[in-house]
Amino acid sequence: MTDSPARCPVRDWASDYDIFDPDYVRDPAPVWKELRERCPIAHTERWGGSWLPTRYEHLQKMVKMVPALSSASPLVVPPSPEMIEILEAETEKHGETSRTPPITSDPPRHRPYRRIIMPLFSPHAVEKHIPYTRDLCNGLIDGFIGEGRADAAADYAEQITPRVIAHILGIDPARADEFVTWVRGVLEFGLTEPEQMVEYRTRIRTFFQEMVTERRETPRGDAISMLIASEAEGEKLTDYRILGMCSLLLIAGIDTTWSAISSSLLHFATHPADQARLRAEPELLPTAVEELLRFYSPVTMGRIVTEPVELDGAEMQEGDRVLLNFPGANRDPEAFERADEVVLDRRRNRHMAFGLGIHRCAGSNLARMEMQVALRTWFDRIGEFELADPDAVTWAGGQVRGPRTVPVRFAAA
Amino acid sequence: MRIKVDPDLCEGHNRCFALAPDLFEVDDYGLSQALNEGVVPPGLEEKARLAIDNCPEFAISVVEED
Ligand code: HEM
Ligand code: SF4
Repeated sequence: MTDSPARCPVRDWASDYDIFDPDYVRDPAPVWKELRERCPIAHTERWGGSWLPTRYEHLQKMVKMVPALSSASPLVVPPSPEMIEILEAETEKHGETSRTPPITSDPPRHRPYRRIIMPLFSPHAVEKHIPYTRDLCNGLIDGFIGEGRADAAADYAEQITPRVIAHILGIDPARADEFVTWVRGVLEFGLTEPEQMVEYRTRIRTFFQEMVTERRETPRGDAISMLIASEAEGEKLTDYRILGMCSLLLIAGIDTTWSAISSSLLHFATHPADQARLRAEPELLPTAVEELLRFYSPVTMGRIVTEPVELDGAEMQEGDRVLLNFPGANRDPEAFERADEVVLDRRRNRHMAFGLGIHRCAGSNLARMEMQVALRTWFDRIGEFELADPDAVTWAGGQVRGPRTVPVRFAAA
Repeated sequence: MRIKVDPDLCEGHNRCFALAPDLFEVDDYGLSQALNEGVVPPGLEEKARLAIDNCPEFAISVVEED
């Protein structure tokens, strides 16, 4: 992280919260609990300023406030001056401000772009990628099972999600390490280090421009060719649009699900009773996955206020940023019994890890499938496992929260 | 028992279909419909309640209890 005012300690979380504070990133739940009771929609001037709701009922209302809470700028921090310059130049050239539709679009533009990508991720479409995902997981485990130790995040979760989304988009899964570097450059380090954002955003777009140009000449049966052939608002998609949509799918498809898989494995490595239970009752897996999504929800989304909004005493003004704190809402005791416990067989679980409303995660069926296959394959192949070194665990936070290093040990096989 | 999915509320989270594939179908865009005009075959009432209790959009409701 760069030097910034966020270096000084937080004095009052209700008026000065810091989403990049290392303790908050490691475990934000105590802060949400305090805020929910004392000041449920908190505010900060840090990182460009924002509002942070923490109650389930407030999130339910806020996702419906469209376009008063607009998706025009869905990151948790504002664009840097360098980025604004680039974006303004692009607007001038392409006459376009929704750059990665549908996630940056409000109605009525949102729907046609969302409809183009939805069929790629329907339950039936996703089922077809199970064999690829399972083989991939098995291959990764083959690589470390003989050693009796592995990094469940870096050697496993991080290796799965970029290859699966590459496989779906029709780009080379062997370049997974590059994709991971680019996506972290934009969405992880790029949030606090503007040069990284600019550099890796450019790399992603240059890469997809090549892919699109190739497919305009020779169409293939992949998702990029599908985008080229698609229409929205009565017109074929421009390259600018297609690049935006491809970057969105690459970015949204990688560290989100990787975070969810590594949080889950960290949970089982540190909660032997839950690990034993899932081993004894493998049929719990689908319910367990929903519960792990609730408890370790990785994704927070931004909104920009376009007309004054008042909610429970918080007066949000035009231009303000609002953080849709889905992870915090998922811990609200008003909405969940024993909200601060992982209950693998939780019967009633209306979690909002994938958001709510019109922007509900387009990739949610894929994410669930990847989590289920990754966990099932791990449990099938690896015996009892535990965290090898608790101090070595590292976390990323901000837009997407999850562990990045999870060293575990198990009996070598 | 008869249930229905409110098409204005359903956003295609697909929790219902995952939990009770005998009671719902989802289309390519993720939107759900109750099968069999919402009539829940005897013995599946608990599955229907499970789907209702897990729909994050509160889109599924009971129109007729037995
Ligand atoms: C556990 C993993 C994931 C989580 C927790 C997650 C979470 C979310 C959330 C909260 C949103 C709502 C955005 C908003 O309200 O502004 C969203 C949107 C989206 N996600 Fe995911 N996501 C995950 C995995 C994926 C995957 C694998 C893909 C596949 C490429 C994906 C693609 C998208 C897209 C395209 C949108 C935009 C939908 C729209 O604006 O209509 N996500 N995701
Ligand atoms: S769980 Fe609810 S929102 Fe999701 S598909 Fe079913 S009815 Fe629709």
